[in-house]
Amino acid sequence: MSNAFLKIRNLSAQLHDGTPILRAVSLNLNPGEVHGLVGESGAGKSMIGKAVLGTLPHAIKITSGEIWLDGENLLTLPTAIWRKRIGARAALIPQDPLTALNPSRRIGPQITNRLVDILGWRRADAQTRALDLLAEVHIPDPERVMRAYPHELSGGMRQRILIASAFAAEPDMIIADEPTTALDVVVQKQILHLIRDMQQRHGTALLFVTHDLGVVSKTCQSLSILYAGRVVEETDIHSFFNGPAHAYSAALLAATPKYTAPTGSLKPVPQSVIDAVQGEIAAFDRLGRGGA
Amino acid sequence: MSNLLYQVRDLHLSFADMAHKPLIGAAPRLQVLKGLNFDIPQGSIVGIVGGSGSGKSTLGRALVRLLEPDSGSIHFDGRDITHLSEDELRPTRRRFQMIFQDPMSSLNPRRRVGGIIAGPMRLHGLDRISARVDDALDHVGLPRDFRSRYPHELSGGQRQRVGIARAIALEPEFILADEIVSGLDVSSQAQVLNLLEDLVRDLGLTLAFISHDLSVIRRLCSRIIVMQHGRIVENAATPELFEAPLAEYTRELIAAIPLPDPDQVWF
Repeated sequence: MSNAFLKIRNLSAQLHDGTPILRAVSLNLNPGEVHGLVGESGAGKSMIGKAVLGTLPHAIKITSGEIWLDGENLLTLPTAIWRKRIGARAALIPQDPLTALNPSRRIGPQITNRLVDILGWRRADAQTRALDLLAEVHIPDPERVMRAYPHELSGGMRQRILIASAFAAEPDMIIADEPTTALDVVVQKQILHLIRDMQQRHGTALLFVTHDLGVVSKTCQSLSILYAGRVVEETDIHSFFNGPAHAYSAALLAATPKYTAPTGSLKPVPQSVIDAVQGEIAAFDRLGRGGA
Repeated sequence: MSNLLYQVRDLHLSFADMAHKPLIGAAPRLQVLKGLNFDIPQGSIVGIVGGSGSGKSTLGRALVRLLEPDSGSIHFDGRDITHLSEDELRPTRRRFQMIFQDPMSSLNPRRRVGGIIAGPMRLHGLDRISARVDDALDHVGLPRDFRSRYPHELSGGQRQRVGIARAIALEPEFILADEIVSGLDVSSQAQVLNLLEDLVRDLGLTLAFISHDLSVIRRLCSRIIVMQHGRIVENAATPELFEAPLAEYTRELIAAIPLPDPDQVWF
């Protein structure tokens, strides 16, 4: 789609020893859309988010491809300018709310510093904005929480703070990297509700990284299924859950336990399907080398 | 009525609350388990479910006596094990084993799989250890030559199988599984759950399965104990619990599970 605000085209990345991490990943994110990146451990779903934000680990290098943000290919820009462009437009909601907050600093400056130092806001404005946002994410007594240290708050509270912080500069896009994996189900539901509310109210596009198909079905409008660094299927949410096109997607869905279907054994992803996907990837690799 | 492997009566357990310890004097006690009563019948699979901090792991650790309760009693196979000393407990320890949540940190990275599985058997002075290691690997569906591998060479699901092999190698009657599939991908999760079910049937085990995931618990367990704030709020057979949950908190837990179905009204 041409009006997509983030377009990733044939993005490949590898470890310094040549191990492929991403293989020709393409995807579109339209303004205000929630797109799920789904896969098992090691599928590369978090790496796509990191590639866009320019925060890939040093050991991983992008070898080819394009990341278009508003008609500009980020990969052709010098790193400093890339970070500036993306920093003004995008934000991250990380997985683990404890490690994402600095344990030795109060909450307030951790929200406001980015606004002041990077976006050039006045400190008083940033302070007001932070208080408004904390109230918006239903934190009781925001004034007190601004002065608190992370360890004084529960996991759910910390995740609310990171959500507030992500929305602080009104970004066009937020990358949520497994934002509820560390939380228990009741808190997870509250946080997902909050993310959806905030996303709709602010009209932000969301790239939602998760391994949980249940969570995807509640939060996303479209999704990409990843396996071994490759997108095996990109589709909208209803066609996916009504009948995934790819054998691997179908197997993943069959392996997901449902409390409404107690009888009968779960079906682990069959080896034949794994072999088939890996076969496709191997074939693709040969193609890549042949074309290079 | 089937034989009761565990009988737990009015179980209380507390920890020292070091965050609120005065400069001088004893730390206040934080009550974690507040008077629990339940039984575990022989050969059953009991699920223990609850939110973070509900005391489900503490309860599990009290059952295998890694923690000593303050008061109340735990009877294992008719014997009171509540306050047994480590020496008195040792011969019985072999009969209840534990599988841990994170196989990476519960398997010694510097030992090979064979040594890891053999370790507890040596401590308990068993014979024919090598043959028993092979048996255990067979039971969990790992090739026998895996005994010479290191944990880092295995996938998450394979590591968790090694944890299971180590537990069943002692031929216990009871196994406590604490969140053992929450770190796994759905495909390996399905394999490990199917394996556990087979083992319980084939070896006549009794299993307590701690999890925060009611979908997993429903698949596996015949009975479910729901915990909140250190109390049991509901203890019911699985079908009844899902069809007619009595406790408000149970209803809340069930309603919080996102089904992989975009048409489910959820929020």
